[in-house]
Amino acid sequence: MSGDTILNVKDLTMRFGGVVAVNDLSFLAERHKITALIGPNGAGKTTVFNCITGFYKPTSGAMRLTHGDGRIIQLERLNDFRISKQAKVARTFQNIRLFPGMTALENLMVAQHNALMLASGLTFLGLIGAPSYRAAEKHAIDQAKQWLDRIGLLERADEAAGNLAYGDQRRLEIARAMCTEPALLCLDEPAAGLNARESAGLSELLLSIRSEGTSILLIEHDMSVVMEISDHIVVMDYGVKIAEGAPQAVRDDPKVVAAYLGADEEEAIAVMESGT
Amino acid sequence: MGERSKTEANVKSTAPAGTRVTVPAPDLPQASRSAGIAFIFKKAVISALVALVLFSLMIGIRTEAGPTGQLIYWTRFDDLATIVAVVFGGSIVVELLRQWWGPIGTVRVVPPSVQSALGLARRAIAPLLLIFTFLVPVIFYDQRYILDLGILVLTYVMLGWGLNVVVGLAGLLDLGYVAFYAVGAYSYALLSTNFGLSFWVCLPLAGILAAFWGVLLGFPVLRLRGDYLAIVTLAFGEIIRLVIINWQSLTGGPNGVPSIPRPSFFGIPLTPGEDGLAARLGIEFSPTHRIVFLFYLILALALLTNWVTIRLRRLPIGRAWEALREDEVACRALGINTTTTKLTAFATGAMFGGFAGAFFATRQGFISPESFTFQESALVLAIVVLGGMGSQLGVALAALTLIGGFELFRGFDQYRMLVFGMAMVLLMIWRPRGLIGHRAPTVFLRQSKAISSELAREGRG
Repeated sequence: MSGDTILNVKDLTMRFGGVVAVNDLSFLAERHKITALIGPNGAGKTTVFNCITGFYKPTSGAMRLTHGDGRIIQLERLNDFRISKQAKVARTFQNIRLFPGMTALENLMVAQHNALMLASGLTFLGLIGAPSYRAAEKHAIDQAKQWLDRIGLLERADEAAGNLAYGDQRRLEIARAMCTEPALLCLDEPAAGLNARESAGLSELLLSIRSEGTSILLIEHDMSVVMEISDHIVVMDYGVKIAEGAPQAVRDDPKVVAAYLGADEEEAIAVMESGT
Repeated sequence: MGERSKTEANVKSTAPAGTRVTVPAPDLPQASRSAGIAFIFKKAVISALVALVLFSLMIGIRTEAGPTGQLIYWTRFDDLATIVAVVFGGSIVVELLRQWWGPIGTVRVVPPSVQSALGLARRAIAPLLLIFTFLVPVIFYDQRYILDLGILVLTYVMLGWGLNVVVGLAGLLDLGYVAFYAVGAYSYALLSTNFGLSFWVCLPLAGILAAFWGVLLGFPVLRLRGDYLAIVTLAFGEIIRLVIINWQSLTGGPNGVPSIPRPSFFGIPLTPGEDGLAARLGIEFSPTHRIVFLFYLILALALLTNWVTIRLRRLPIGRAWEALREDEVACRALGINTTTTKLTAFATGAMFGGFAGAFFATRQGFISPESFTFQESALVLAIVVLGGMGSQLGVALAALTLIGGFELFRGFDQYRMLVFGMAMVLLMIWRPRGLIGHRAPTVFLRQSKAISSELAREGRG
């Protein structure tokens, strides 16, 4: 089981002044699987995400990413854009961060920046309109088109991203992250604000992404989504891991129920009801 | 309608980020018009009251020192009444105009037929303007003043297009753009007077040197955003100017660099002598030849700037600039190196500033630090903002309006600045996003739809 681990987080600690947001957290995420990170509000989930994706430098601990070809990358040694460029870890944000003044298609083109930048010979070949660049651009547009089709936004490709409906923006952000061709996709509450039908569509999309070979790390409050699609769940509370395991096992864990009950009654009920 | 558009704006700003805001369907024009009358009247009364308070002392009472030093004062209530009446009437006119030609994005009380005609005119304006510009030296061959003015306007068009890369596309507020203009000008002036290098050799060198300084400025200020960046760039502009003033042995200090060589027509001088261009072509020499040549030279340089910028926008680097303006954090999450992206924007803008500077030096034949004050930076920035950030045509129109308009009002003498300021204020009321307030997508599948700038971010550095 531990033979095919994509992400190995070991003893991760993150302090902000005197506040310990994440304390000695260790967990594994497996390749081609969906790993969910859940917990009550303020448990430190997003902080873990920000450490993994290079937006925070962890106080201590190691995060080892193993690629399919055996390449090992220590994420804590890379900073911001290199995590996405070299380690191939993509992320979405809790509050959507699209480029609102650019079209849906342009958003997906920006995501393919690094590949296109190489193809354009660091701009010089592109400036003179070299055929090799034009081919690369066409390929990029095709890939963007394919993703727009998958998320059902092909018709609205030329609309400004800021004009799209909320659910469409969520899906577009996932498609944009996927256009960087990541090995590990980190989603921060992708189902937040979606209705039941949109959540179901999201689950389907995530499962299809998994089946194509991208591993997913997920923070989510919507338990129907988490329980349906996760292969492995890590539960956090007050910065520490309190439980982990398969969805069924985690749901029955008394410590998890207590954490949710103590923090938020509604969420606890949601956890328990989603199983029945 | 003014009131409604205001409430719409409020809804937008107070709604939590990311949630969908449903904008109320537009009312019928008649309804919004009749509802507006009381509003317009109220607004005019308030404006008149403000004017009354403001001008009661400034205009209503005139004071002067008498012959023995005592205070003499008398009242001018008739003047005060006139001013207040003008403000009252003016407020109504402004409000009516505003309703008729509202800011981009709000519903306008303009019939669709007029709108489509305007749209057609908008599309035709760029080619027509270009053709006209090409013909200017032909039409106004005998009018040296117009030609000189044309060269001046084109210089600012080029500077505006150059700064547009930094401010309009990458969203980095640069208040020290004139520094690169100065670097370009002094590069050519010093290289040509000291080493005898020709204009055509110096032109690329001036661009490269300016770009180099752009990168040099870029490095320390990359961490800064928005207002902080603006202050540092402003300081950089002043540093360059002060260095030029004080490094007397190299730059000649406040005396400037005199007798800078004039450009040659690719090696053939534009002089009355035997080997001059006129003699070789077998035509009579005229000093206008050189002016016409300079006109086409700056036109070519400006068009090069425009062409390169348009191309760059459609390349990954240009898209990265615009993405950086929209959301820097998202850019980093997508693996875009924001450091180099910002630096290339700075360097590209600076390079065009350097080209323009070299041209300026060769046109003037003499440069001094006085030509590179903060006022120039502010003027170029005003051109970019007025034109609509990121819009090439808008910048050209704004340069024409600002520089050309400024010259037009020369006759008004002391009222010139007043008219200028009022025009700016009015323009910002009607067109808060600049003359051309929308951006065109860089790539599209079916149809290129203009995007209202309300959606686009202005950039936080």
